[in-house]
Amino acid sequence: MSKVLIVAEHANGKLNPSTAKTVACARQLPDAEIHVAVFADDAGAIATDAAALSGVAKVLLIENPVHANLMAATIAPQLAELGGNYSHLFGPSTTFGKDLMPRTAALLGVNQISDIMDVRGSHSFLRPIYAGNAIVTVEADSKTIVVATVRTASYKAVSGDGDGVIETVSPSAELPSHTRFVELQSGKSDRPDLQTASKVVSGGRAMGSSEGFEIIYKLADALGAAVGASRAAVDAGYVPNEMQVGQTGKIIAPDLYIAIGISGAIQHLTGIKDAGTIVAINKDAEAPIFEVADIGLVGDLFQIVPELEAAISK
Amino acid sequence: MDKILVGLKRVVDYNVRVRVKSDGSGVETDGVKMSINPFDEIALEEALRIRERGEAKEVIVVSIGKPEAQQQLRTGLAMGADRAIIVTTEDLSDALTVARVFLALVEREKPDLVLLGKQAIDDDNNQVGQMLAGLWKRPQASFASSLTINGPSATVTREVDAGLETLEVDLPAVVTTDLRLNEPRYVKLPDIMKAKKKPLDEVSLQDLKIEAAIAIKATAYAPPPVRQKGVMVDGVPALIDALKDKGLI
Repeated sequence: MSKVLIVAEHANGKLNPSTAKTVACARQLPDAEIHVAVFADDAGAIATDAAALSGVAKVLLIENPVHANLMAATIAPQLAELGGNYSHLFGPSTTFGKDLMPRTAALLGVNQISDIMDVRGSHSFLRPIYAGNAIVTVEADSKTIVVATVRTASYKAVSGDGDGVIETVSPSAELPSHTRFVELQSGKSDRPDLQTASKVVSGGRAMGSSEGFEIIYKLADALGAAVGASRAAVDAGYVPNEMQVGQTGKIIAPDLYIAIGISGAIQHLTGIKDAGTIVAINKDAEAPIFEVADIGLVGDLFQIVPELEAAISK
Repeated sequence: MDKILVGLKRVVDYNVRVRVKSDGSGVETDGVKMSINPFDEIALEEALRIRERGEAKEVIVVSIGKPEAQQQLRTGLAMGADRAIIVTTEDLSDALTVARVFLALVEREKPDLVLLGKQAIDDDNNQVGQMLAGLWKRPQASFASSLTINGPSATVTREVDAGLETLEVDLPAVVTTDLRLNEPRYVKLPDIMKAKKKPLDEVSLQDLKIEAAIAIKATAYAPPPVRQKGVMVDGVPALIDALKDKGLI
């Protein structure tokens, strides 16, 4: 049987949906008993929400003022200590998990598997390499703990109708003071979260400017969609970095993805492979995005997008 | 600050469209153009800028792998690194063993800063910097988009899912680079000639007395599922109809 510990990701008093997706992956393991570790200064609803995730037997609650901001340097030693009792230690492949899990694996003296997209056995997994151009089957050592991140775009969040118990624990690991949180600059937005939205509208370099991006926001609002961008649009300064979709940005799996003025570099396509329906709007009929789009429309996006928005708003 | 250690991995060039071998035993790398991992090039550029501002004295580039990686180290020297170290091994090493090699070099060279790319574009692991920082018990600032040295500490802005996070870390520390940290310089021909005279030390994995970690074994490779090419529509009304048919609006 597998005994799995998952580290919860949360912010502003709320559990991040990446946690429920990581639980979905853990449930693929044969005969899995799943626990979730919540590191927080004041967990509140986060712990109860984690305990309610379907399939979670227990929440380990580690409350400490040092966890007011979640940092790998302070969580890793405690997670490594708690991990000693488990066969598997999983985190989401978000920037939080990617920062934390390798440090934890190193403290445990084991290698780490990045971006699990499917479970083939208790120690056998699929993961993407070369920007998703190859899928590799990997086997972890069966005598040591498996530390891994889960590619959240490959999983649907488990429901919140479970009944796990909450246990407060106090790891004894010494915590360093060499790393200090200064600030988080976050674009304030009332739109849906890019990583979990069922609809996403993205703009590319062809939008031309921050002002040019306005028609993307309007279309997104008409659809109730989140807004994303290509690397080129972020590099050009049209939109902030957290909107980047692709190999080094966010990997997403919405039901509907509308790519506007995005040519479709392989690194961008990596981020949208799991989208349900891809719509591409581009003036260049030869753009690679049309090779993967389910529905393509060639033309001037500054005419098409407002027309589309008007038709949807009707 | 005295020294900055920079890792340079030899990888398949980012413009190459990698293909899985027909027997599923790996990916085709024969005759394919090889380059410095783009994130590592950004790490080297940042180290050079710190030295050029007078905030560091020496930049050392390191590569771990087959002897051919010397080509990438020579490119790093041509960009402006002062000297290079190659740790030769025929087996492509796993991330934890690579982190242990960096730790051994850190103990030998005592750098104030280790700058690494956040991930290599071949295995897309995104692990070595964080592992090194854990083994070394020092701060890590991954996915950096800005780095300022303030004497005994550094201020690093990181690209995270929620936006831009800023950390203050005591030195020595490990910083891994994201795409927007800088734009690497081009190498000039005279610098390539000069680079040939710069020191390049060769060390074997055995010399460093590294205990190899148990690797994650890759047992099979497959191409990704292909998305079928869809339909083209001739205007917004047809697009609306197509979206309605699929129940998306």
